[in-house]
This record gives sequence, C-alpha cells and structure tokens, in this order.
Amino acid sequence: MSGFGTWVAILALAAGTYGLRLSGVLLRQRVTFSPWTQQMVDRAVVLLLVAVVATSTLLDGAAFGGWSRTIGVAVGGAVALAKGPLFLVVLVAAGSTAGLRLAGVA
Amino acid sequence: MVALSVGVIGVSYGVTAQSAGLPLWQILALAICVFGASSEFLFVGVLATGGSAVFAVLAGLLVNLRNAAYGLTAGGFLGRGWRAVLGAHLVNDETVAMASARPSGAQRRLTFWISGVALLICWPLGALAGALLGQVVQDPETLGLDAAFPAVILAVVLPSLRDTRVIVAALAAALVAVGSAPWVPAGAAPVVALVALAVFPPRRHSPRRFPPRRHTPNRSSAHAHPDPTSVHPDSVPARSEDGADR
Repeated sequence: MSGFGTWVAILALAAGTYGLRLSGVLLRQRVTFSPWTQQMVDRAVVLLLVAVVATSTLLDGAAFGGWSRTIGVAVGGAVALAKGPLFLVVLVAAGSTAGLRLAGVA
Repeated sequence: MVALSVGVIGVSYGVTAQSAGLPLWQILALAICVFGASSEFLFVGVLATGGSAVFAVLAGLLVNLRNAAYGLTAGGFLGRGWRAVLGAHLVNDETVAMASARPSGAQRRLTFWISGVALLICWPLGALAGALLGQVVQDPETLGLDAAFPAVILAVVLPSLRDTRVIVAALAAALVAVGSAPWVPAGAAPVVALVALAVFPPRRHSPRRFPPRRHTPNRSSAHAHPDPTSVHPDSVPARSEDGADR
C-alpha cells in the first residue's frame, strides 16, 4: 500500500465521518422533533450500540470470535451490572479474556 | 472514568495498527481525525488483510453511518453555532451513550463535552502507547484487549436497558446484527439491526397502530424523518412512557 494513498484514505474517512456527524447535528437543529420522534431516535441509538456490542463480541468478520472474548465481555458486563467502575469493567473483561486464552480456550 | 477505559482500547487499537504495518503518524492521524474506534479498527483491518484503500474507506464509513443518528441526538443538546460544529467531531458511541444517560439537556451537554474532550486526549494517547507497545508485543489477543471495546460500550449502554420492551428490542437487534453479519458488507450489520425499531418501537398514547416501517436513520444523513405534525401534540410526554432511553 502506498503511503500517499493511505493518507488520502485516512483523510477521506475522517472527512466522511465528520460529515455524517455534522449533518446529524445540523439536521436536528432545523427540524422540530416531536417527543415520540425523539424517543425513536434515542431508541435507535440504543439499538445501534447493542448491535455493535453483539457483533464486536461474538464475531470476527463473519466467523465466530471465540469463547474467550465472549465470556470476557460477559464477565465485564456482569461487573457493570453490579455497578462496578468502568475501569474495572475493562480490566476484568480484558483480563478474563486473556486468562481464558492462556488456558487454551479459543 | 470512561476516558481511561477508552485509553485502554486505544492501546489495543495502537497495537493492532502497528502490527498491520501502519506508520505511527498515520495511526495517530486516524485516532485524532476519525475518532471512532470501530471504524479505525476496521480500516486498519482491511488494509492489513490486503484490501484496497477504497474499500477500507467505504467500510469505515459504513461502520460510522450510525454517527448520523448519534448526531441527531447530539443536536438536541449541543446548541447552535460554532460550538455545535466543533462538538460534532466528538460525536461517537461513547460520548453520545454517556450523554444520553443524563436526565437534562444541560447535563447532557456537559457530559458530552467532558467525555468528548477526555476521549480526544486519551484515545490518541492510548493509540500512541499501543503502537509503541506493538513493537514489542506481536499479538494483542494475548492481552485480551479486543474484549475492551465491547465491554465499555456494553457498560455504558446498560443503564438505558431499563424496561422489558427496550430489552426485548435490544435482544432482537443483537440477533439481527449477528445473524445478518455474514451476509452484509462489513460494518453494515448494526444498521440492518435497526429493523428491530420497526418491530419494537417506543410506545405512544395514540390508539393508532404503529405502521411497520423500516427506520434507517443512517441510510442517508439527510433522511426525511416523519414530520412533527404526524404525532398528536398530547401524545407521549417526553420521558414517562418509555423511560428506558433516559
């Protein structure tokens, strides 16, 4: 991969992403959303986040990502449910994933 | 703090990008200018497996489509003017998730800015540390760092999953996302999962049945959402009926 080509790609991704964000922000300010519409958008955000969690936990591309990470994230989630601090959630998730991999789990 | 946790994920990203062969400046540029973890992972991942730069950009943009929906939500508390234009860059999974959990617009704005700036510092710093670490550690998987990103998002979104309806919708969305991932382009699965919105919409007081409809706020950034007059003015007060998203 050429250095220059990669730079262009990075800038393109940055500009495109910013465009997506900005258009959402600006659109919101020009349209009066009914409470229900706002709820709809908020729920969409929640569902998107959950979907992202699911795919990044369970999948590596199209294939199953392995039990170590799945269990690791679940354990981290348990810490979060127990109202543990976020830093602990990350440590526990990464640590249990690493530990499981060390023990030979996929 | 979220920022430190995101810093840890940043380390993971840095290690991954380093082992993919990206020079440090590009790793940092991605971290600062794109500022979206999953798209950066994907971008680097596509390049690492030999994909073209064009495909890497497209995949990253696809993953980042959801930021248009996040922008819509953020626009509700960002205010106007140059602050909103600047703040738009900070719109991503973590900042919007944290801000949305706050009860009032003013608190949301505050949380958004604080977390956004903290992340803007910690994420590239983590990436830097990861890139340097990556010159020593070859395989980020041994450190379990790939579990960090989903764990953080999960922890931040958990408070929003407060009532049965939302939980069911969320489970449906997760199922659709995971199920559709093998069939759709990389990163599109979460957007496809939005069909769960049509099946499990927020409740309304109006007796009119909610017509099944694909809600895809991310398909085009200037999407024509139903106009405000389509809902009775006295329907659903902003929070009481469906408190899950607060």
